[in-house]
Amino acid sequence: MKRIAQLENQYVRDVARFNPGDTIRVHYRIKEGDKERIQVFQGTVISRRGSGTGKSFTVRKISSGIGVERVFPLYSPNIEKVERLTMGRVRRAKLYYLRKLTGKSARIKTRLGEKADKERTKDKAAPVVEAKAEVAPVVEVKADDKPATDKKAE
Amino acid sequence: METLIGKKLGMSRIFEEDGTAVPVTVIEAGPCSIVAIRTTEKHGYNAYQLGYGHRRESLYNKPDMGQFKAAGVSPIRYLREVRVDELSELKVGDIIKVDLFKQGQKVDVVGTSRGLGFAGVMKRWHFSGGKATHGQSDRMRAPGSIGQASYPARVFRGHKMAGRMGGETKTVIGLRVARVIPEENLILIQGSVPGKANSLVKIKMSTRK
Repeated sequence: MKRIAQLENQYVRDVARFNPGDTIRVHYRIKEGDKERIQVFQGTVISRRGSGTGKSFTVRKISSGIGVERVFPLYSPNIEKVERLTMGRVRRAKLYYLRKLTGKSARIKTRLGEKADKERTKDKAAPVVEAKAEVAPVVEVKADDKPATDKKAE
Repeated sequence: METLIGKKLGMSRIFEEDGTAVPVTVIEAGPCSIVAIRTTEKHGYNAYQLGYGHRRESLYNKPDMGQFKAAGVSPIRYLREVRVDELSELKVGDIIKVDLFKQGQKVDVVGTSRGLGFAGVMKRWHFSGGKATHGQSDRMRAPGSIGQASYPARVFRGHKMAGRMGGETKTVIGLRVARVIPEENLILIQGSVPGKANSLVKIKMSTRK
């Protein structure tokens, strides 16, 4: 097992730090014939699973009223980058319950605790930006938690 | 002579440059030394005896050690003969490494399948089992009828029934070599191969293109 872990290490890279409940934006490289373009998929992380190079995560969003989920292999070279927009305060590792919820109840509280702030300054590549209005499920941001610079939406 | 002996380490997943995820079996293949050569003149057939792995000298008796001394190799754990039609220029003591295989080639892998013990017909022969409802009891995994009545008054030979499953020598043909890592004696083969991790496998050039 050790040798396999060693072998897998060369594929493991620091994609981005994010957890279930976070709203992220995945920049995914798509090949169409000879052309290559970057597609952005934005939504809530509802699960992270797997081990080694087989790690993957599921992102859920509501696209024109219909729930869309997409599973990305975490270490796929096609993932250009992952931006974290907000961090969610959730109490489950797998947020499958969101599938049954719509509207107000499908919101996730954002987390901007002391730990979060520390992580934010450490990880400047993925700054915590408040979600834009089109993000669904809508992210609830408490007024007193809201950083002054991030007053873009709502 | 296009065969190597190795140890299956387990499975993993690698990514190709275009982002395709490939399921692979990681095998430590070789280095294998040639311990002896069988010739038609002397033994009645042509073959190379390949050795793989290491074992403490104290675990071998003197006659066995004599074999290794004669070949000029250190004590070897696994010895397997590989039949060939014609002997090539390989000599006793030569070492074959995993760079024998190239990425993209097709190989056949021989291994011992996982022993599953005494298995029922559903697992062993993919029978569909019985009904779960309609008043049935204790029939969910049963084989059903195994024949007719007073004629022929016997069960035909070879009828599929429960029994020992697995632990047989199995060959998987036409697997693609996904990657070769000569520095670590590793070969990554796309797909699965027979046996559990740490079991002995034989890799040879595929008989199919």
